[in-house]
Amino acid sequence: MEIPDLKKKLMDSVNEIWKTVFRHGFKDTPRNRALIIISNVWLHLHPAQVREHGTKIRFTWCMGGITFFVFLFELVTGILLMFYYTPDVNKAYADMADLMFVVPYGRLLRNSHRWAAHAMVITVSVHMLRVFLSGSYKVPRQFNWVVGVLLLLITFLLSFTGYLLPWDQLGYWAITVGMNMGRATPFLGYEGPFSHLLGVTINNDVRFALIGGTTIGAPALLRAYVWHCIAIPLIAAALMMVHFWRIRKDGGISGRL
Amino acid sequence: MEIRQHEKEPVELKDDRVFTWPNLVVKEFLAAILVTIGLLFYSFYVDAPLSELSDPAHAENPAKAPWYFAGLQEQLVYFDPWYAGVVLPSIIVVGLILLPFLDNNPKGNGYFTFRERKFAIVVFISGYVFWYLLIYVGTALRGPFWTFFWPWQEWTHSFPTPAPLHNLPLPLGIALSIGFYTVGLVFPLFIKKGILFRNLGIIRYAITMGLLLTMIGTAGKMILRLVFNIKYVIATPWINI
Ligand code: HEM
Repeated sequence: MEIPDLKKKLMDSVNEIWKTVFRHGFKDTPRNRALIIISNVWLHLHPAQVREHGTKIRFTWCMGGITFFVFLFELVTGILLMFYYTPDVNKAYADMADLMFVVPYGRLLRNSHRWAAHAMVITVSVHMLRVFLSGSYKVPRQFNWVVGVLLLLITFLLSFTGYLLPWDQLGYWAITVGMNMGRATPFLGYEGPFSHLLGVTINNDVRFALIGGTTIGAPALLRAYVWHCIAIPLIAAALMMVHFWRIRKDGGISGRL
Repeated sequence: MEIRQHEKEPVELKDDRVFTWPNLVVKEFLAAILVTIGLLFYSFYVDAPLSELSDPAHAENPAKAPWYFAGLQEQLVYFDPWYAGVVLPSIIVVGLILLPFLDNNPKGNGYFTFRERKFAIVVFISGYVFWYLLIYVGTALRGPFWTFFWPWQEWTHSFPTPAPLHNLPLPLGIALSIGFYTVGLVFPLFIKKGILFRNLGIIRYAITMGLLLTMIGTAGKMILRLVFNIKYVIATPWINI
């Protein structure tokens, strides 16, 4: 057999195998460019074609995308941290110290999880600013803005619930500040205005529900942990699904008509 | 194998469009890589804070909320916790949710412009800056007992006793508050022949101005407190504002 023949045979079989995985050939043709997007479960979040200005950093500032990516980064580092962390008042702080001083790459893991959390709060705020300034919340995207506001709230709550987990002075008193506000909720907090009208006391108000007791102790740590690692990420993921789906249903990235 | 049957079919681009692959996806991958590198570099050199083991018997002084909530904590200086910590943030969230329904200006949809939507942009940016200003003061300029220190001052525990605060007499306080909202609602009717009211209609106008005046009022109360040492504008046995 001639060498070029062999090469062609080889490429053909590679292409066959490639197609079983990706459902399209690897030649760079317009058709394959489209198929790369629409035949891939992850990439087909995108349409196969987008309006050109939507790919420009000067339009989106890339902030929604980066917020999403930082969220994924938090999922990965967060799952790894869960291997080492116990939500127990007698262990949590020691686990943190272990991460910082004993666990290989533990310090990098914890640091990057913390800084990425701050980064997400910043990028989501900047994303909101971009969407506001480009008027992208106007018809027909009003509802996606509302979903966005909920995501903004969720981002704050994700970060806030994580703050208590190291069980150090910093987190403990920060959550105390927060809960002192919670107990002042009108009607629903035991120190809030008009709470006596509903018979609200220290052991049945919102603060009690949030921290599972009248002081910040073991139940508060467990609740923060469950909210932080399970409940809020699930809510966030669900809202993001709606958010991304709506971007497409609302006609793709906004722009001059 | 339907895909292969259409193998020769051309795929055409619509006028102002480009293929997502590679035009957009490349930028996304690049951004992801840069963000990852940035985070890892930063995390390599800067440690996340970890203070001593928590101790309910020894309060931190100052005890600070995480920075993104420090603006609300800063408002505790000027308002009771039910307002600073619960009602104010709720109003902000409700205001944000309502924003697309209040702003009925059809212009500036999907492109950056200041000229075509001055009012909306000025209001939003003011609120945005206000929020971060409070965060800056709360995180950087508040020392022990939440005392104010300039950046160049050292945090000490020996600072002059703050001036005593007093409340406005109740009738005056109520009159001032009602007056503020009334003037605030009526005044724009005389600017440019009340164009704001005519554009928004009565319901949007009332909600928009209510939110805006509450934002201005929040800042106004801060000034009353800082300049005239006024603790409460409205002081009653049930609720203080
Ligand atoms: C976890 C939080 C969030 C994530 C991951 C996220 C993600 C995204 C992404 C990837 C886009 C595509 C365009 C872009 O990157 O700018 C987008 C668009 C959009 N986002 Fe978000 N977002 C979040 C929060 C928010 C918030 C807080 C708001 C507003 C309050 C918002 C409102 C919108 C709107 C209205 C669009 C459509 C913009 C357009 O078509 O130009 N999102 N979002």
